[in-house]
Amino acid sequence: MKPKLALYWASSCGGCEIAVVDIEAKILDVADFFDIVFWPCIMDFKYKDVEAMPDGDITLTLFNGAIRTSENEYLAKLLRAKSKVMVAFGSCAYEGCIPALANFYDKKKIFECNYINSPSLQESSKNVFPQTHTQMPEGEIEIPEFWNTVKSLDQVVDVDYYVPGCPPQSTQIIAVVEAVIDILKNGKPLPPKGTILGAGEKTICEECTRERKEKKIKKFYRPQEIIPNPDECLLDQGIVCMGPATRSGCDALCIKANMGCRGCYGPPPNVLDQGAKMVSALSSVIDSTDPKEVRDIIKTIADPLGTFYRFSMAHSIFHRVQKMEEEEK
Amino acid sequence: MSEEKKQNGWNPKIAAFLCNWCTYTGADLAGVSRLKSSPCVRIIRVMCSGRVDPSFILKAFKKGADGIFIGGCHIGDCHYSEGNYKTLRRIEFLKIFLEDFGIDPKRLRLEWISASEGDKYAATTLDFEKQIRELGPLTFMN
Repeated sequence: MKPKLALYWASSCGGCEIAVVDIEAKILDVADFFDIVFWPCIMDFKYKDVEAMPDGDITLTLFNGAIRTSENEYLAKLLRAKSKVMVAFGSCAYEGCIPALANFYDKKKIFECNYINSPSLQESSKNVFPQTHTQMPEGEIEIPEFWNTVKSLDQVVDVDYYVPGCPPQSTQIIAVVEAVIDILKNGKPLPPKGTILGAGEKTICEECTRERKEKKIKKFYRPQEIIPNPDECLLDQGIVCMGPATRSGCDALCIKANMGCRGCYGPPPNVLDQGAKMVSALSSVIDSTDPKEVRDIIKTIADPLGTFYRFSMAHSIFHRVQKMEEEEK
Repeated sequence: MSEEKKQNGWNPKIAAFLCNWCTYTGADLAGVSRLKSSPCVRIIRVMCSGRVDPSFILKAFKKGADGIFIGGCHIGDCHYSEGNYKTLRRIEFLKIFLEDFGIDPKRLRLEWISASEGDKYAATTLDFEKQIRELGPLTFMN
């Protein structure tokens, strides 16, 4: 009997699903080796198909997407129960990713923005909020509840392995798929629980080929404000690059396109908080010893919090932006 | 809510990261000199204030610290030449960071206190404790 494979998308953009298909001919090996039992993005499956399975029936579940709604959480728990190995696949499931930028606000503010203040709303549909239960002539309609805070998969269920990246690079997915097939076919031992698969053990700076000098930064630039030199370290040129606080594995993809690393592979090994690491890295290279000047230089970074936690807000130490203390009082 | 906690005998928790060469010795001097310093301070000795990674500070807040105090050598006096310059920039950065996170940056304080400034240590901690009492307990949303 073939090992069973499930893929699910929770709160995600679908990019991870595309990344899986992007492994090209290797997808045939996957389809050949595995019995795909649940993959709603690609094939027609119903939740009741999964509910009917015995516990632990699925060999491997690749779960992408963050946990935003009650439906996401239900599926996470359901698939966890039905799976032997649960993998948080992609940055959303691993650390919240772009959906977790909603953690800068709360449910109330998000609803106000979408259902009251959005300029595309028609006058008649303003102030109409989604209800979890609606009575219709045909019966009751139920839609998932929207949580206040976006969570990563491991904040909801037990996760065995992580595959970082937004989306994970296809070369890395191929390596993971081959390793999994090798383990299942030849009875090789599984890696220790909690291992980060399909990524390196260093920072992006290790993969970057640009020339580095002694860094001294007087001003930070946004990408549109400067034409970067393609051979020099972007940070040396004052462009915020998350390289020093990001795990290697993508082969410095963005940096090769003259863009600062955005940090989608998450914090490097033994780093708890990507944003804090970035504060540490940048504090070392700001060229000033005067507190006021230091502050002015830092202020040239547009939205440090959103930039440093673009992918890791849900998994950061604070998980979310706290309410302003004055507001509380 | 903070009012209620204050009345119920709430005492602030202050985590203090003190540099081994200056402020820690200064705190020692304050004790030996029998100066009254804040009893709410929990001292963590580090070799240099530059050893204090920003994640230590965020984690200390998350784990229940209501205020965090960093003590280092005076500028120019760092045992390792320039550790405290890095601290200075980090703390400035973190204050902006904390503000964006919705946490009052007044909960984080950096002071340069030398080994001979026991009185400054005592006065600073008492003043910081007063400030944290005014701000009340730090609570987190889930």
